[in-house]
Amino acid sequence: MKIQLTVNGQSHSADVEDRTLLVDLLRDTLRLTGTHVGCDTSQCGCCTVHVDGQAVKSCTMLAAQADGCEVTTIEGLGAQGLHPVQQAFTECHALQCGFCTPGMVMATVDLLRRCPAPTDHDIVEGLAGNLCRCTGYVNIAAAVKQAAQQLQGGAA
Amino acid sequence: MNSFHYHRASSLDDAAQRLGRDDQARLLAGGMTLIPSLKHRLLAVSELIDIARLPDLQDIRIESHEVWVGAAVRHHQVASHVELARALPALAELAGLIGDSQVRSRGTLGGSIANNDPAADYPAAVLGLGATVVTTQREIAADDFFLGMFTTALEPGEIIRGVRFPRPVQCAYAKFRHPASGYAMSGVFLADLGARGRRVAVTGATDAVCRWPEAEAAWQAGSTPPAFAHDGLLGDIHAPARYRAHLTDLMFAQALQHLR
Repeated sequence: MKIQLTVNGQSHSADVEDRTLLVDLLRDTLRLTGTHVGCDTSQCGCCTVHVDGQAVKSCTMLAAQADGCEVTTIEGLGAQGLHPVQQAFTECHALQCGFCTPGMVMATVDLLRRCPAPTDHDIVEGLAGNLCRCTGYVNIAAAVKQAAQQLQGGAA
Repeated sequence: MNSFHYHRASSLDDAAQRLGRDDQARLLAGGMTLIPSLKHRLLAVSELIDIARLPDLQDIRIESHEVWVGAAVRHHQVASHVELARALPALAELAGLIGDSQVRSRGTLGGSIANNDPAADYPAAVLGLGATVVTTQREIAADDFFLGMFTTALEPGEIIRGVRFPRPVQCAYAKFRHPASGYAMSGVFLADLGARGRRVAVTGATDAVCRWPEAEAAWQAGSTPPAFAHDGLLGDIHAPARYRAHLTDLMFAQALQHLR
């Protein structure tokens, strides 16, 4: 089937099988390989992208369901230099192997949109859909807090 | 995934017609259970009929005696709706406890209750509040809707439009989440409906959502209910039946403390 969607501000038409997952369209067809696939069970969150501004797991959504939608991937987030969330992840050393990082960053951007000044509890709940097997999450939580301050300061 | 045909429904009639003429077709809303089931080949379908964008299914309406939530309303919308949180605080809270944030971006009320997973949250609210499920064909009282594990009263070709919730005097939901999946190991929903009585619904602990009559009577009398017992108590690698029953007692006590 033919679908049309906007990815990172660019309009794309694609001819996909009806069963194609959004993540496969992004990675295999559009070659946006920053979106990772870490599991097959919708649990790890590595494939998190934004569809019409909301964080979703692109391994659990059909490309067909994104027809007509605006999709943002990690490549689109950092298009004009590092996003404040990416900057905070760098400064707080919120990653080790980095595999979960694109999903963590995309989930964090959505979390801070919903909840601009998150508590520790908000961070734990907000990132519950993203697994990290390296860091123990401590530095990720620190990065989320730093990014929140940065974003709020920037808006003031 | 086995291959299938994807069709975005243009209207409820269109969806009902396609669903009615092909018993291998399935409705798709958020897809938070359906797509993983297809990916794991636990399920094969001929066609997915996507109803998630149908305008008829998107409303949240707060009225003087009831609250309407359309079938395709996403969990995040229910969790963050200010007026709904005032009218039915436990429902907003429950929606915010479903799965994880990404799941709440996509999952819908209609999808959750049509699937009737024994550990899903929404069935507890619908049954606990004695809500009414409105479909393309009729209105179904919650007591008649949930028939058993993954089974509802929906007929082939019948589509949920939304749910009409009564506004209670007080309500509360307490849930012990499975730490990995977010599903309820036990979840207890309490609703004080004034003249219409007090209702208690349990999810996660048994083979399907159920009412807990002993707790309803005890709550009415101001006494402590006997320990939770049920023929369909679930026991699995995560928790034996005895533990789930105990959690249910605790969730009831916890919900009583959180009535609003």
